[in-house]
This record gives sequence, structure tokens and C-alpha cells, in this order.
Amino acid sequence: MRPRLMAIVAAFFLLCLTGVGAASAALVGTPTTANRPAVLTAEGDQSLKGTLRGPDGKPLSGVTVTAEQNGTSVGSATSNAEGQWEVPLPSPGEYTLKLDLSTLPDGVQPRDKGGEVLEAVVVRPQQQRTVIFPLVSTSQQQQEKAGSVPQSTSGPTQAGDQNEPGATGESGEGTTPNRVLQLVVEGIKLGAIIAITAVGLSLIFGTTRLINFAHGEIVTIGAVVAFWVSTSPGSLPLVIGGLAAVVAGGLLGGGLEGGLWRPMRRRSTGLIQMFIISIGLSLFLRYLILVLFSGRREKYSQYALQPAMHLGPISITPRDLIVTLASFAILILVAVLLQRTRMGKAARAVADNKDLAEASGIDVDRVILSIWVIGGALAALGGVFYGLTQGAVYWDMGFNLLLLMFAGVILGGLGSAYGAMIGSIIVGLVSQLSNLWFPPSLQNAWALLVLIIVLLVRPQGILGRAERAG
Amino acid sequence: MNFTDVLSNAFRGAFGPEAAIYALAAVGLNLHFGFTGLLNFGHVGFMLVGAYGVAVSVSTWGLSLWVGLLVGIACSIVLALILGIPTLRLRGDYLAIATIAGAEVLRYFYRSDWAAPLTGGVYGLRQFANEFFALNPYSSDLALGPLYFSARNLWVMTAGWALVILASLLVYLLIRSPWGRVLRAIREDELAARSLGKNVYAYKMQSLVLGGVIGGIAGALIAIATQSVNPDNFNPAVTFYLWAIMILGGASTILGPIIGSMIFWFLATFLDSFLRNATASGVIPPDLLSGPDVGALRFVFVGLCLLLLMIYRPAGILGDPKELRLDVR
Repeated sequence: MRPRLMAIVAAFFLLCLTGVGAASAALVGTPTTANRPAVLTAEGDQSLKGTLRGPDGKPLSGVTVTAEQNGTSVGSATSNAEGQWEVPLPSPGEYTLKLDLSTLPDGVQPRDKGGEVLEAVVVRPQQQRTVIFPLVSTSQQQQEKAGSVPQSTSGPTQAGDQNEPGATGESGEGTTPNRVLQLVVEGIKLGAIIAITAVGLSLIFGTTRLINFAHGEIVTIGAVVAFWVSTSPGSLPLVIGGLAAVVAGGLLGGGLEGGLWRPMRRRSTGLIQMFIISIGLSLFLRYLILVLFSGRREKYSQYALQPAMHLGPISITPRDLIVTLASFAILILVAVLLQRTRMGKAARAVADNKDLAEASGIDVDRVILSIWVIGGALAALGGVFYGLTQGAVYWDMGFNLLLLMFAGVILGGLGSAYGAMIGSIIVGLVSQLSNLWFPPSLQNAWALLVLIIVLLVRPQGILGRAERAG
Repeated sequence: MNFTDVLSNAFRGAFGPEAAIYALAAVGLNLHFGFTGLLNFGHVGFMLVGAYGVAVSVSTWGLSLWVGLLVGIACSIVLALILGIPTLRLRGDYLAIATIAGAEVLRYFYRSDWAAPLTGGVYGLRQFANEFFALNPYSSDLALGPLYFSARNLWVMTAGWALVILASLLVYLLIRSPWGRVLRAIREDELAARSLGKNVYAYKMQSLVLGGVIGGIAGALIAIATQSVNPDNFNPAVTFYLWAIMILGGASTILGPIIGSMIFWFLATFLDSFLRNATASGVIPPDLLSGPDVGALRFVFVGLCLLLLMIYRPAGILGDPKELRLDVR
């Protein structure tokens, strides 16, 4: 890759990441370790625990939480001065957790109606499960309701398992204009993150005709590398972690191209064969991450808890705002690179007609390598952003995102970078706006249904060339 | 380290209920990919609807198990039609993404709160196959040296392997019929088949339905064998297992899925059992590898298996490299 191009890209990533850091720090004052409750019991037994915080983020003390099994109380706890409570449990199993409303301070109430009772909380052997009671102030309840993100804040959340009941939040609350606006913002946020990861996927397809199933794992690796670097003994700032992730993603992308895909192309391996190889690679990497990272859901310790800013009817945390803006800036940068630089022009030429490009003196292998490097770096950065906005880093986050990426890429037109951007944002909007009418647990399902409908109506996608797709 | 244990576990894996069920599902997948060239990466969707057909019929509607089996088969036919109508006209790789997305959509819907009154949501359903086990002709467990099968498992294995043989026989006869020759012609060159006046779309659809029904029966058998269904057990990883099995044994061969499943489960259980044994006895220090990691390593192995097979031996153990040219169009 040309050094100048490399320098621009590196400088830009640095700029974006420092932007996230500086702005968030300025707005909230880095709440780093405040949200880590001390371990109250010895390891080995099961318990339910949590930290109660009021709408202002201050801990609530003296609130009673009772755990019941089959209607009989098995234990209760009162939150301490830090708002922490923990109910030791006699055995693993399914519990109902009740918050005593009479002990809540005046003016504080559960965000959801009936939110003081959490049913069917499953505790596994030796698990200290953290449970969250989302609380709001009585007066601002309406506003908060519109502002809450279903997937990240409501219901009991549990480390290491996304497949939990109750984490469904609210649905069917009607379509107030404010809620629609809020969900549009959420959708654009998600869509922009999908877009920066999907651009690489689409460009790789455009130049090599390979559908890279392992792209989701680059996303996860990016998020995990950033987590490791930012929580390593030196606890470096997340910005450095993000940079490390970008470098790791770029190296991984380049390494895969140089070490696996180029030799495969030299052997003139069939495309379907390569597709299945990428599936094997994806499976291999995903479960390797599971072994190395463990099945827990981790949080970036920095910028984890932020009060939302209210911009008119919309509320968004500074972190999410910066992430969204940075994503868009990166998308614009990619567009500029594609339009203005020699490498970008060469990449488009290769995507258009590989043989013709090669005949006119373009070093196709080098173009493909740089697309892999940039695509990998973008995917890894997208992973960091996704982990930040979702509030969790976990081993199959990239795979969850992958299907949405496919939906975006196919919707926009396989092979087209701009199509991938547009398609991804539409997918983000669809999945978030579906919350207006349907339960949030189904939001990914709607996005994938869009994919299937597009294939039915316009298989080449919005910007795709109308070539034979069937 | 107890090697007899590890080996007997591995042999049990090779012949056990799981191997039989996955072999059956792989026979269906082999009809799709091996004989018709359809890149179906949503095979687990057929197993899901088959399993839930049985479970919902018995648990929720109180029907007989055998009616439930028919419901499961009917569901797989419907799924094949719904999935096939939009996607079968697409090029291979599009079909792959569409099918994997379709299977995931199904899983999301079956586990959603919406469907919970029918499907039990994320908790699934339990205890609906007593009718099947009431027919169990085996009264006592079987012990062949270190090899041990419970009476229950013996009954599931008998039913499972019998179904595998029946399905393989069916596929064998079909592939040698004029219908099967058209299927293989489509796999080799779709345009050529079309220019000979064959309705390619209809043939592909028939293959999708038939393979899907076999997959659905395999899913129903899983539900019956474990007496439980849970949507999250039907995740995309199951499809990748099936692909690894099919390619290992040799796609587009009759015995491929059977041999593939046996070898696959032998190796997977061997690895599992070996690692568990080694960590338990301290040969591998426990802080290097813990219990949950062993489960994950199995998938690492499956991924590597798929990767290396596709690079070095895409035709599998039994396959003829010339028989199956893997390429789009």
C-alpha cells in the first residue's frame, strides 16, 4: 500500500478514537472504576446480586430485594451505602426476584410497569448472577421510556449469555413521534457501525468474488483486542486499545489474504470451495476466541456509564454520539479514498473487470491485499464501536453482526462499497424501528427478512449491477 | 489418564444416537448439495421445524406423537417451499446466505415471546416422547466390554440407524432413476439442463423438499431422543457440523454421510473425552484448560476439519474428485 495512503488512514483512525475519548471524558469525567461492585461473598456459591442506582446515577441504599422460588421466599438483602445488594441462594435454579417498592426513595420507580418483579431468573451452579432493576424518576418516566435502548439496558442482564428471557424491554408502546425519532437515531447508529464493517466485506467480494464468512470474526477480534489492551495491567486508555484493534484487524486481514486466499486463488480453487473454507475459518476463529476470551460478556471499563444528553426529543449518550459521527466520518473517508486516490481507482477498476484492470497494468494482487488490510482494519474498528455502544464484548458478537452485514451488503448490492453503506443503514433502521410494533427480541429477524425479500424482488440490490444472479 | 475410557467413549460416539441423527440429516443435506448442487446452509431450519412439529403437537395441542411426526414433516415441506420459492432462482452463494438467514429468522421466531405460548419460548418444551419410549423393546442395558449403551439409547439408535438406512436406500434408488440423473445434470451444468428443456426450478424444488423432509425427520428424532426441544440448540453451528460430516465422508456418495458421521463423532468424542480426562487427571494443568473450553475446542476442531478438508480433499474420503466440481455456475 502506498505510504501516503497508509498515513492518511492511520491519522484518521487516531483522530476518530481520540475524539471519542476526549469528548466523552470532557462530558462525564471518566467514570472508570465506580461501577465495579466489590465481591461480597466467597467464590463457589450461587447468588443474585446487583447495584441499585437512581435516575441520577447515585446509589440507592436501604432498598430491600427478595428472592423467591415457587412462591416461597429463600432470602432477601438490603442494599448498602454503595447501592450493592446480594442474595445468597441455596441452590441453582429458577428464581423470582422482587424489589420492595415501599423501600424505594420517593420519586424513584421502576422504568417499566411491573418492573419491580423479575420472573424466571435462572441461576446456574456457582454463578453470581448480576441483575439490574432499571429505575427512573417518577417525573421523567415518559421521557426515559422513549430514550431507553431495549437491547442494552432493560430486564435482567446476565454475564455470558445473551439468550436470556426478560432482556426484551418494552414493546407495543405505540408510535409517539418522539419514540420514532429516538429509534431512527438508534437505527442510524447501528447502521453506521454495520456499514463500516460491511464496506470491507463488500469490497472483498467485489474484487475477489469471495464471500468472506470469517469477516464477523475480525469484528470480534477487534473488540477483544481493544478490551485486552484497555484492561491490561497498565490499563491503557481505550483509544490505544482501539488503535491496537485497528492494527490487529489490518494485520489479520492482510495475513489471511497473503497466507490463505492468494495461494488458494493461485491453485484456482472454486468459489464455492473458498466460501466453505471461509466458513470453516470462521468457526475455527470464533471458538478459538471463546477458549481464549471465555464465554463471559465483558464491558469496556471506560465510558461504560454515561448519562444521556437530551437534544430536543432525542436522548443519546456522548459516547454513542461520537461513535456515530466517527463512523460516518470514516465512511466519507472511505468514499474519498475510493474516488480520489490511485489505489481507490485501481480498486474500483479491479472490481469492475479484473482481467481488463490487470491488462492495463494494475497490480491486482497488491490492490486486493490493500483492500483486505483496510477491510480488516475497518471491521476491527467496527467491533470496538459495536462493543462500546452495545455495552458488551463477547465471543460471538461478530457472528451476530455478520448476518446483519450480509443483509446490508446484499440489500445495497454485493460488491459495491456505496451500496454496502446505504444497505447497512437501512438494515440498522429496520431492526430498530421494528421495535415500534414488535418485541425487540425479534429485531434481527426483521432485518434478515428484509434480506430475503430483497433477494426475491431485486437480487442485485439497490446499487448492484443487473447481472445474472440466478 | 484412562485410555480405555476415552476409546470406549469415542466408539460410543461413533455409533450412538447423535451419530445416527446427524447421519440422517446429512443424507438430506447430501441430496441438496451433493446431488443437486444447492448450497443449503440453513439445514438446521428443517431440523428445527421437524423437532417443534413433534414437540408442539404433543405438548401444546395434546396430539399423539405419531401425528406430531406428520406435523413435523408437513412443516418441513412448507419451509422448503417458502425458502425455495424466493431463493432457488439465485446463484449458489446468494442461496447460501439466504438459507442461513432463513434458519436464523426461524430460530428467532421460535424463541420469541410471541411464540412462547406454542413453543415455550427460550425454555422450550419437555417430556413429550413417552409414547416412543413406551414401545422400547429393549428391557435391559447392553454392555459389550467397556462399551455400554442404556436401553433407552439402544432404542433411539435402532430407530435412528434404521431410518438412516431407509433414507440412504431411497436416495440410492432415486439417484439412479431418470429424476436423479436430471438432478446431477443440474449440479454439473444448470444451463445445459435448462437448454435440454428440463424445468430446473421444479427439480431443485423437489430436491429441496425431499432433503428438507429427511432433515425434518432427523430434527424430530433429536427431539424424541432427548425428550426436549430448545430453539437455541438449533443454531447455525449444527448446519456446519452437517457440512463437515458430509464433506468428510464425501459429498455425492451414498455412504458418505454415514461414514462421515461415524468418523466425525468418533473424532469429536475422542477429542472431548481425551481432553476432559487429561484435565481431570492433571496431565493438562486445569488452569490451562477448563471444562467449558473443552466444549469449545470441539468446534475449533470442526472448523479446522472443514477448512483443511476443503483445501486438501474437497471430495472427502469416499468421493471421486472428478464427480464433484465445486464451482459457481
